[in-house]
Amino acid sequence: MWDGVEQMAEQQNRETLTGAERALGVSRRTFLQFCAGVAATLGLPAGAEAAIARSIVARRRPAVIWLHLSECTGCTESMLISEHPAIDKLILDLVSLDYHETLFASAGYQAEAARKASMAANKGKYLLVVEGAVSVKDGGIYCKIGGRTAIEMVNECAKDAAAVIALGSCASWGGMPSAQPNPTGCVGVSEVWKGPVVNIPGCPPNPYNFLSTVVHYITYDRLPDLDNQGRPKFAYSCLIHENCERRPHFDAGRFAEEFGDAGHRAGWCLYRLGCKGPETYANCPAVLFGDAGGGCWPVGTGHPCIGCTEKGVGFAKPIHALAELKFVTPPAFYPRIVEEQGKGVSVASAAVLAGGAGIAVGASVAMAKNLGKGSKPEQKQEGKPSKKPEDTAENSPDCTE
Amino acid sequence: MGLTRRHFLRGTAVAGAACAVATVTVTEVREEKTLPPKAVGLLFDSTLCVGCKACVTACREANNTYPELNTEDKLWDVPLDLSARTLTVIKAYSEGSAENKDQENDGFAFIKKSCLHCVDPSCVSVCPVSAMTKDPVTGVVSYDPNNCIGCRYCVEACPFGVPRFEYDKTIARLRKCEMCKQRQVDGKIPACAEVCPNGATLFGSETRLRAEAERRLMLTVGERAFFPRKTVDSTDTHEKPSSRYNTKTYGLTEVGGTQVLYLAGVSFEKLGLPTLPEKSFVSTSEKIQHTLYKGMIAPAVLFSGLLFAVRRHANHNEKEKE
Repeated sequence: MWDGVEQMAEQQNRETLTGAERALGVSRRTFLQFCAGVAATLGLPAGAEAAIARSIVARRRPAVIWLHLSECTGCTESMLISEHPAIDKLILDLVSLDYHETLFASAGYQAEAARKASMAANKGKYLLVVEGAVSVKDGGIYCKIGGRTAIEMVNECAKDAAAVIALGSCASWGGMPSAQPNPTGCVGVSEVWKGPVVNIPGCPPNPYNFLSTVVHYITYDRLPDLDNQGRPKFAYSCLIHENCERRPHFDAGRFAEEFGDAGHRAGWCLYRLGCKGPETYANCPAVLFGDAGGGCWPVGTGHPCIGCTEKGVGFAKPIHALAELKFVTPPAFYPRIVEEQGKGVSVASAAVLAGGAGIAVGASVAMAKNLGKGSKPEQKQEGKPSKKPEDTAENSPDCTE
Repeated sequence: MGLTRRHFLRGTAVAGAACAVATVTVTEVREEKTLPPKAVGLLFDSTLCVGCKACVTACREANNTYPELNTEDKLWDVPLDLSARTLTVIKAYSEGSAENKDQENDGFAFIKKSCLHCVDPSCVSVCPVSAMTKDPVTGVVSYDPNNCIGCRYCVEACPFGVPRFEYDKTIARLRKCEMCKQRQVDGKIPACAEVCPNGATLFGSETRLRAEAERRLMLTVGERAFFPRKTVDSTDTHEKPSSRYNTKTYGLTEVGGTQVLYLAGVSFEKLGLPTLPEKSFVSTSEKIQHTLYKGMIAPAVLFSGLLFAVRRHANHNEKEKE
């Protein structure tokens, strides 16, 4: 009977994968690798990749409205030229990208009409992805699309969206356009749209982090767990410093002092050059920044992390400024100011000590007796009566005999 | 009878007067010691320290000490305190949730323990054989194992608990920070200051270090300021907002001053730096000792007193016998 069930499941999986091959135009191997990669990024248990694979093939692709506001389009660009060639294709095929200003074939009124049509057709079901900061100064006149300000665009599109995803540091908290003196008053999406916003900061963010969020939504019908800054916990719960490949050099106190010096060439820790890893939360050491390929994330190439994902760090602190300490990270163990050393009294040592004390007491008593006896005949021999008749030795019962 | 009672009393009076005169003279002689002319030192700023322990590692390399593997897995170098194998150690203060750096409540802070190189060091004063010496020019308190007799008076005398004895060795030495004097001979600076990535440990001339500490205390909290690294006059600086400091620098006045200074945001007492009188213990103890032994008058008086008592007793006994 179990054989039958397994065979059915096997058959189903095969059909799923064949379907995926057909629908997505990628090989079965590539597709499974992608699903496993996403499951690993999300930190899901074994078997989740199968659920992901099934839901990607079976479910209807969600409609996506993708806004570009005050930004450089780097998020889109880096996603389209990611290291794994299938990713861009999968991204575009996973979702029904109904409005994307960079990738649109149409333009002008036609594009805006497509956006409105999609929003109406998928009311309450589409995903809104915002790339870029919202300029709010002077009523938001510094960023307009189709004659409408960024503020109006965000509020209009977010109103009926199933979820709002702020992609990149600009959309998450203002990013580079909000750097001082911030002439256009750029802020993050969450400052304009007061509903829930998923922030995926990074300049640019890793495509896997975006993709995993979308796939999580497709597979489980809900967004992944978020931290207090609206960032998915699977990607932004650890400091870069904690998983950094150069961490052993930090622990051993080996710091590169200048670009190109002996320590820098030997791959030592970049903290002294201003690496913001100790105060930046991101999964760059694990999935590597920007999916640009193994070994070429900034710290791997020898450039200190600039903290692009972290509000108040990236584009706020100078690159050479030293990172603040968030908290003491393992394996650092520090002795307390007053450190107790040595072990407490064991039963055996207490017994030995007590025995020793007993012997000492006994010996003292015996000696006291002998002292009394020794002094008596001496006094008799000299024939001198003691000056002090109340002397204890003289009066003790042993000595009177 | 060479000494009558009258003679003895007269002698005592004269000796007492001489003693009084001598006391005055000695008081003038044993003054509080001041910084040597080219005193060098270290400035440790707890608010800059991130606890990377690079100084501990560098100290091991510079002074050939071995790691203390105190954890169960025997993997990590975890010295619990200064020891004969650890000449400097980073200790952590932690209270409550330990979330905020350099705050006493719910905060944490680091402190670097090592020899403070006192201006008027107790260890040098108590050493009976000049194994502990203070350099008259640089003020570095150093140790000569060839002179040491292993009495460990210095261990007992140090108010900071710095010198440590190699109890586990047959031919034992005493170990303490000697401010990398072997490196200073080659024109290098102490290893801990050399490797510190934040300039939390800073080497330099004592007068410049004291001025630097003063400058930092004058900064307003949050004011962006430059902090030198390695040496106090270094051009290798980094910029950061100033932290909140205690109102004073530790080491300016403690036991007559030390050449290693401390700045911190958490009270020094809580960081294990004891509250100590301004006057050095040495100036008091040496004053008493030098007064007592000045011209050997006090011993002479004591000896003559003893002599008188003995002779009187002896005479008394002889008379009784007769």
